[in-house]
Amino acid sequence: MKVFATAQEALSGLLADGMLIAAGGFGLCGIPETLIDCLVESGIRNLTIASNNCGVDDVGLGRLLTTRQIRKMISSYVGENAEFMRQYLSGEIEIEFTPQGTLAERMRAGGAGIAGFYTRTGVGTEVAVGKEHKDFDGRTHILERAIVADLAIVKAWKVDPSGNAVFRKTARNFNPPAAMCGKVCVLEAEEIVPLGALDPDEVHLPGVYVHRIVQSRAEKRIEQRTVRVREVGP
Amino acid sequence: MSWTRQQMAARAARELQPGSYVNLGIGIPTLVPNFMPADFNVTFQSENGMLGIGPFPFEGEEDADLINAGKQTVSELPHSCYFDSATSFAMIRGGKIAMAILGAMEVSETGDLANWTVPGKLVKGMGGAMDLVAGVGRVVVVMEHCSKDGSPKLLKRCRLPLTGQSVVDRIITDLGVFDVTGEGLLIVECAPGVDAQQILERTDAAVLQATSAAVL
Repeated sequence: MKVFATAQEALSGLLADGMLIAAGGFGLCGIPETLIDCLVESGIRNLTIASNNCGVDDVGLGRLLTTRQIRKMISSYVGENAEFMRQYLSGEIEIEFTPQGTLAERMRAGGAGIAGFYTRTGVGTEVAVGKEHKDFDGRTHILERAIVADLAIVKAWKVDPSGNAVFRKTARNFNPPAAMCGKVCVLEAEEIVPLGALDPDEVHLPGVYVHRIVQSRAEKRIEQRTVRVREVGP
Repeated sequence: MSWTRQQMAARAARELQPGSYVNLGIGIPTLVPNFMPADFNVTFQSENGMLGIGPFPFEGEEDADLINAGKQTVSELPHSCYFDSATSFAMIRGGKIAMAILGAMEVSETGDLANWTVPGKLVKGMGGAMDLVAGVGRVVVVMEHCSKDGSPKLLKRCRLPLTGQSVVDRIITDLGVFDVTGEGLLIVECAPGVDAQQILERTDAAVLQATSAAVL
């Protein structure tokens, strides 16, 4: 049985100091906020977190910054977070800047049994320093290693009790690759639907990647509200 | 005279090919769709997992699950589709996206691009920029020709850490349009009232003129 009554129970026995956690989400869109809040309460420390961003101040992964539970981030962009900048510039936190597509592919590869891959992304930049270079068809590539996380935390729109999950619009983002790369994956969903309620042809993440399920309790937030004015007819 | 931000975006819109797939960076590039002919049928890709970005939603129709790569709320179109981040960058690295229009802090005469960090000052991250410049068919940069203090941003060599090496194809600034060639930056077009001499005075990179093909 994969469905747990609370986030605490869903994460029970899975948490340890110094572990590597992969988290889904892009900005505040599609983040597993119920599970992140539970990590804050758990008090585990020295975490390495692979996530495209680090939330914003006091929201999402930003909460784990406030409590100093993160030792290192593996991210492509941390620009919306003043506390991150402060801890980084004072040497309290480490970051492995990883190009966004390389990060997604490192996660996907980790879940797909691929140890690493060669990519042209980052050739000639700081990202390539210390990495194996190899030419294919006359073009230089660098070797990037897969990420296999101790724990993956992700957020879906709908999930059935077997773990088959469906995401909504751009909230899908890093959630499927993050789920794939976890040795264990805990998924929170807006709706836990009965078996048979999802069309098998329209499942985005097969249940084999999902080990534990919990109801999401978080409120969705908008980072940049941009609108247009409706033109009023005569 | 030189081009305003809006005029630079309008000039960049002329780079769009009908029926193509294009990724736009943040800043001036986000203004480009405003200047695209309605029948052009260009599909814009957002690297957080969407093809077919629609306009900003009407007030009251914002959806927290529907944002662009700048984290702004957007809307969907009849041909829109969604996918995960690994699939998104597969199409970028795989050369399926014809063009990216991006901003820049510095560009070198060999097409090196720097637009992601200022050591010690701006430590935000490269996002998807390194993947885009390494993967898309054509990279067009839209940028101010000089920084606020008047120093050139088109350089012999970039001083800032690179986003990509020899990746830029064309540069659109407030002073004109330039192509990266083997020998330097070729003036393709001057903004109204701007001449080659003025461009030369404001550029550190080697500048070439099509008429004479001589290095200025």
